[in-house]
Amino acid sequence: MVLNPNTPAPGTISYAQAAVRAVQCEMDANASVVVLGEDVGRGGIFGQYAGLQQRFGAQRVIDAPISEAAIMGAGVGMALAGLRPIVEMRVVDFALCGMDEIVNQAAKNRFMFGGQGRVPLVARMPGGIWDASAAQHSQSLEAWFAHLPGVVVVCPSTPQDNYSLLRAALQSGDPVVYIEHKTLWGAQGVVDETLQIPLGQAAVRRAGSALTLVSWSRQALLCEQACDTLATEDIDVELIDLRSIWPWDREQVLTSCAKTGKLLVVHEAVQAGGFGAEIVATAAETTGCKVRRLGAPRIPVGYAPVLEAQSRICADAVAAAVRAMLH
Amino acid sequence: MENRVSTEVGLQLYELMVRIRKFEEAVVQLFARGKIPGFLHTYIGEEAVAAGVCANLTVDDKITSTHRGHGHMVAKGGRFDKAMAELFGKATGYNKGKGGSMHIADFSVGMLGANGVVAAGLPIAVGAAHAQKLQGRDAITVCFFGDGAINRGPFLEALNWARVYALPVLFVCEDNRWSATTASGPMTAGPGASARAISMDISATQVDGNDVIEVYQAAAALVAQVRAGQGPRLLHALTYRVKGHVSVDPAAYRDPQELAAALLTDPIARLRERFKAQGYDLSQLDALEDDATAEVQAALDAADAAPWPDARAAYTDVQTTGAGTWF
Repeated sequence: MVLNPNTPAPGTISYAQAAVRAVQCEMDANASVVVLGEDVGRGGIFGQYAGLQQRFGAQRVIDAPISEAAIMGAGVGMALAGLRPIVEMRVVDFALCGMDEIVNQAAKNRFMFGGQGRVPLVARMPGGIWDASAAQHSQSLEAWFAHLPGVVVVCPSTPQDNYSLLRAALQSGDPVVYIEHKTLWGAQGVVDETLQIPLGQAAVRRAGSALTLVSWSRQALLCEQACDTLATEDIDVELIDLRSIWPWDREQVLTSCAKTGKLLVVHEAVQAGGFGAEIVATAAETTGCKVRRLGAPRIPVGYAPVLEAQSRICADAVAAAVRAMLH
Repeated sequence: MENRVSTEVGLQLYELMVRIRKFEEAVVQLFARGKIPGFLHTYIGEEAVAAGVCANLTVDDKITSTHRGHGHMVAKGGRFDKAMAELFGKATGYNKGKGGSMHIADFSVGMLGANGVVAAGLPIAVGAAHAQKLQGRDAITVCFFGDGAINRGPFLEALNWARVYALPVLFVCEDNRWSATTASGPMTAGPGASARAISMDISATQVDGNDVIEVYQAAAALVAQVRAGQGPRLLHALTYRVKGHVSVDPAAYRDPQELAAALLTDPIARLRERFKAQGYDLSQLDALEDDATAEVQAALDAADAAPWPDARAAYTDVQTTGAGTWF
């Protein structure tokens, strides 16, 4: 698996281009879809809005001041007033400046107003380690949002998933925390624009019987590398890319666990209190299978490569964890 | 009234204020009797602000509110019966008993909700106004907030955004001189809300917020400017919080002379004096008060008799995607 090839294969588009296509389709189909955020008029800092302001105008692709609280809060107000905003937070680390607006407003308004209003809003907040970007630009916080009633949490790993899940998120009518990975923007893949993927549905990336391996976002791609290595050792792992963190596809995961009897969940986020803990607990309670988690140590992500590497779960570490569970 | 507004408007303002006052006086009693759980932030003494502003609005206009939101709800045309039932926590309340006092809302009249977080309504109002502008509506949004809110970041972010995009929003600072249980003055640098608005090129008008005619006329001018597309305006209304911050707060920390002085400027008594000075038949004012009292009594009788929410309602209006999975 090559994450960022220099030369795209024919017929493929990038993870970023897939997002652009998804937003364009939804904006074409629904005049109430608007984009707001910093630098979106120029195409977004990752090119994930490239060309959209030229196509739809500055009225619908709205450049914002560096005001994350107001961007998220205005998104809530727009949604309550009948629009379907895509709210760009630049990176998940900066979404923290708009946390009240996500947690106390977007997630709560529908319920606390007794269903009088809904907040159909997609908050895009790219997560994960961005090479040599240090502690404030490298976090994986999906578990924080999974803990929050009222929101959907999505972490796509492929161009196809990014296309189909972003469209599904925009159509859902719920507030969706949409966490693309900061280093997957150039990842190439074939995208079938007619393919619909429901929120909450995992993908079985590789069928196997020795062990169930669950991951998401960029870490799922590293797990695939680990599976390639393990396959040369005649270890056939079943790899499930969760894609949606909440709701998560427990049927797919638990069915696999019942089959293999062993579950390893791997995520880039800090292991302590991570969403892997929720998955292994559910699997252990339900199937009694053997479980293990593998996540980052509970340290801030460092700048120097040797320090940053302490927070990364490389493919070799995944393979080693699988072997340890099997022996 | 003194040739400044018609008798008809004067009566409308009197009615709005006494409706708020009668509602608030009733809920204070009901809280003391244990009929209303939780806690209440009452609007007693500040009625002229909501009344004077909302008398200039249409049902298509929207407002955002604060934790002290009953007065805004009544002034925007909300109903006593649904409001009272909500405060009781009953199924027939505005929010089906899910929100209570701090989240009182009536989306059908454009009241987008009271909010438990200080300054949280500001970005939401800006978003609603931005939506109104994009939708080409002839409607505006009014954002009520307190003097404490101007020391939170969303105040600056929202005003800046509103000015940058020339949004149809009227910011109304209800300067009741208290930030919870601390006097606002010593906690606020500079002269306050008006000066901060002017620093962002937003015209601001300061009024005696206990003079409902003055509030009404100033708001009329500002609403007209906002509605004409001239961008945001700020109304800085100087008023006084007669009760403590919250229903259980006797406000013993205040100088009794400060309260005594404030009570001499009671907005309802002042308007009544104006009618009296003009030789108006005060029995008509008494009739308005009696009507409000009777309507409040009917609302509380109905709320008392209304059913509690079905416990299963705790699981509705949360989110659509993944609904049914709560663990």
